[in-house]
Amino acid sequence: LCFEFGLELDEITSEKEIISKEQGNEKAEGASDVVLYKIDVPANRYDLLCLEGLVRGLQVFKERIKAPVYKRVTPNGEIQKLIITEETAKIRPYAVAAVLRNIKFTKDRYDSFIELQEKLHQNICRKRALVAIGTHDLDTLSGPFTYTAKRPSDIKFKPLNKTKEYTACELMNIYKTDNHLKHYLHIIENKPLYPVIYDSNGVVLSMPPVINGNHSKITVNTRNVFIECTGTDFTKAKIVLDVIVTMFSEYCENQFMVEAAEVVFPNGKSYTFPELAYRKEIVRADLINKKVGIRETPENIAKLLTRMYLKSEVIGDGNQIEIEIPPTRADIIHACDIVEDAAIAYGYNNIQMTLPKTYTIANQFPLNKLTELLRQDMAAAGFTEALTFALCSQEDIADKLGLDISATKAVHISNPKTAEFQVARTTLLPGLLKTIAANRKMPLPLKLFEISDIVVKDSSRDVGARNYRHLCAVYYNKNPGFEIIHGLLDRIMQLLNVPPGEKKGGYVIKASEGSAFFPGRCAEILARGQSIGKLGVLHPDVITKFELTMPCSSLEINIEPFL
Amino acid sequence: MADGPVAEVLLRQLEAADGGLDSAELAAELGVDHQAVVGAVKSLQALGEIIEAELRSTKRWELTAEGEEIAREGSHEARVFHSIPREGLAQSELMRLPSGKVGFSKAMSNKWIRVDKSAADGPRVFRVVDSVEDEVQRRLQLVQGGQAEKLGEKERSELRKRKLLTEVTLKTYWVSKGSTFSTNISKQETELSPEMISSGSWRDRPFKPYNFLARGVLPDSGHLHPLLKVRTQFRQIFLEMGFTEMPTDNFIESSFWNFDALFQPQQHPARDQHDTFFLRDPAEALQLPMDYVHRVKRTHSQGGYGSQGYKYNWKLEEARKNILRTHTTSASARALYRLAQKKPFTPAKYFSIDRVFRNETLDATHLAEFHQIEGVVADHGLTLGHLMGILREFFTKLGITQLRFKPAYNPYTEPSMEVFSYHQGLKKWVEVGNSGLFRPEMLLPMGLPENVSVIAWGLSLERPTMIKYGINNIRELVGHKVNLQMVYDSPLCRLDAEPGPPRTQGAA
Repeated sequence: LCFEFGLELDEITSEKEIISKEQGNEKAEGASDVVLYKIDVPANRYDLLCLEGLVRGLQVFKERIKAPVYKRVTPNGEIQKLIITEETAKIRPYAVAAVLRNIKFTKDRYDSFIELQEKLHQNICRKRALVAIGTHDLDTLSGPFTYTAKRPSDIKFKPLNKTKEYTACELMNIYKTDNHLKHYLHIIENKPLYPVIYDSNGVVLSMPPVINGNHSKITVNTRNVFIECTGTDFTKAKIVLDVIVTMFSEYCENQFMVEAAEVVFPNGKSYTFPELAYRKEIVRADLINKKVGIRETPENIAKLLTRMYLKSEVIGDGNQIEIEIPPTRADIIHACDIVEDAAIAYGYNNIQMTLPKTYTIANQFPLNKLTELLRQDMAAAGFTEALTFALCSQEDIADKLGLDISATKAVHISNPKTAEFQVARTTLLPGLLKTIAANRKMPLPLKLFEISDIVVKDSSRDVGARNYRHLCAVYYNKNPGFEIIHGLLDRIMQLLNVPPGEKKGGYVIKASEGSAFFPGRCAEILARGQSIGKLGVLHPDVITKFELTMPCSSLEINIEPFL
Repeated sequence: MADGPVAEVLLRQLEAADGGLDSAELAAELGVDHQAVVGAVKSLQALGEIIEAELRSTKRWELTAEGEEIAREGSHEARVFHSIPREGLAQSELMRLPSGKVGFSKAMSNKWIRVDKSAADGPRVFRVVDSVEDEVQRRLQLVQGGQAEKLGEKERSELRKRKLLTEVTLKTYWVSKGSTFSTNISKQETELSPEMISSGSWRDRPFKPYNFLARGVLPDSGHLHPLLKVRTQFRQIFLEMGFTEMPTDNFIESSFWNFDALFQPQQHPARDQHDTFFLRDPAEALQLPMDYVHRVKRTHSQGGYGSQGYKYNWKLEEARKNILRTHTTSASARALYRLAQKKPFTPAKYFSIDRVFRNETLDATHLAEFHQIEGVVADHGLTLGHLMGILREFFTKLGITQLRFKPAYNPYTEPSMEVFSYHQGLKKWVEVGNSGLFRPEMLLPMGLPENVSVIAWGLSLERPTMIKYGINNIRELVGHKVNLQMVYDSPLCRLDAEPGPPRTQGAA
């Protein structure tokens, strides 16, 4: 069932198993034996992140229940108000709020409520950077509420689960060692003002996105919950609020009714939340049939969509389907999303497979075609193919070859996790020498080649860098074997139909110098009137730096002039 | 060489011998090296049942190099004794003699000599007796003559302690007549020669049989890398199916082509520093197709083309950021954009196989760079059924026939489906690829006509290769830590042939 619905049943386990896996058997004693189902939910289905939503979604899918209708209601008494001051503009400008009135928690419901917030924080809220959720016991507070930003030293309150008051500065220090909260500190750290929400008595509700106040802490016994979401992405804040209230209004006295809250923006305009907007889309049934590759009646398609929580009916000329997109389905932003849901409900594996009639003539990418041909003949010439990394350290392409990094035109990576990924290679040689170093136990001689891309900066390209297809070969033995590498060059030129000699279109090698080569044992390769690379006997310093012990000669050319 | 005269003599002697003969004795008698006789025995054995040979090992005493010197020149102590004249010799001078040190102490303990410490020029050594019997030399000469048994156990072990004697194990053959014994064997030829062919002598000559159990000599050859052999086969499959290869020779890509053009929002986790390699230099793309960029921006931030959009503040700076491409879909986006500029629209089938880069945590199956295989079809009225049909043909060519499709989420395809195949070894369904129809929010801003659909699928090259060649650690396959023996030994890549038995890897 899960598979058809697009869910992945990851693992069936129990709390006991998890704890014993993570912490050893002793600690697992006394933990629950209840079977847990770990389910992977598609990353855009926020409505399936909690058990309430998942069960509701599957029940509707199996046509056991009708999708509930979520309603925003204005309270009989005074509406809760959240006033945003202009100081928040620079740090976290948006806030939305709502109230769950007369809710009845149990231990399981309460845990699920907390867990959903945590999952949303990790997921759509981008680790609280875009949106942070605060939930409060409304009965301990008195509105209207103010969302403002203040200097950290001016914020002082008793945070969640602490017994003492701290200033915001102190809290930031305390939470540096908190394994959970330390990941969120960077969002406001180093900002002159921190966001904070007060009630009319000056009680701190929360200091988003880090911590709530202890005063308004919710418990299993809380009856009225005030929910605020602050953030830098208004759309996402609204979605998050909608998800929470649609999921948990199930436990309110008036099921699926959510009490509205008013939010006043710094410009004086006021809005009512949650939005709980139902949107209507009209999609032609034949479009759905055409995109999926099925032939269903409009009525059947409407039925399929209804099972996917998208209440649909056939309207107009009988070919049009009107689909109501509930506030839980923020992932539906285009008709193609509706098409997918119809296909899922129909069952992907029930769709008839057909071959498109698209008639085309295939072409190879010329550079790859040449590469494939050359590879075959390099192996036929007795050389073995290596496959080395395109990323490497600066040292590999510069220091170890006796070059300064600035002379390489290499592109630099700004966020490498290790030195292995500092730059993109500008030459294939280091990779081959490292391959030899890792295979020193193999019988000599070692003859290796690689035909692959290197990268250099090039301001004539749109991104400021380009690849070149290089061919590199090395010969490693008790003697340098320059004549072998030279012979290989002659063979390559033969294969490329380039005659020897300086005449136009021919190739020659000319004495040259290179920091990687032994003095007097290096030549430049000129072909078709341009320099295409070098060959020679490697410098003993290079050999040593790559942890090798034998003489070695090498050849590296750009093959693009031969296209 | 050895099966010439020695073998012939051996056979003649064996004919005359009673029962058999010993190879070492024969060597001594003929005055040839024992190995020459052993060689003759072996070559005769190879001819069949002419002789029988039984391996025997005997222990024998032999002189060491020093022992041989003593047998020839006398023991050190005797040499010391003889070097002392009647009037004595200064001890310091005596010590400079070659045998001085060892010989002096031995001669002293034998009471052959004495030292006068009160002599005027320092200690002086005198003979005590007139003549000596050099027992050590005599004993060693006995051993040399093959009469070691005449010495007592104690005497032998004393000489061994002085490193003059060693006990060696000699492997000899006891040779006797075989069932087809004959002295009249002609020498067997090992190989056919040009002369034999021209003279016709091969007709009369016996040939030594080959040992067909031995391994042949592997040819000297170069080898292609297994992963790239698999790449060649995938290219072949796409070409057989009429797909044109896209240019992918640009590892550096702008965030625009890698993400924004694919309708992947700017806050998407894949665009995080933790997942993507950003560039410090060149940090930003220099040129972007600005008309198109504006359409992309509008689609993200406001919607359009029938879409609600993501409704966020889309930033050009973010799109300009250069990265190492995280998928080859960026190259597909460029190819589709180029296709969209060609009027009228012509249907296209594209593929690519090339490197992509992820700033991920590395483990036995994940590297920071890997190869992505991607197929794309753009035509009027393509359906999910078409996608599944193409996937079925594609995977059939890989030898995978049991397929299942699961709904999935990709930011740039809708509908999306993960492709599963039944793995016989693991006895479960495993994911083999990801696929879908590109979103209209990606295609329409490019300028593609509204009724054109683009289906696409992708998979990694490494995974099928590791399964194909039975490799568990990706580092043995990709990168400089490759096991070259594995490269040398890897078989042809025939994707639709039955997988062979699990391969054993050489020592890591």
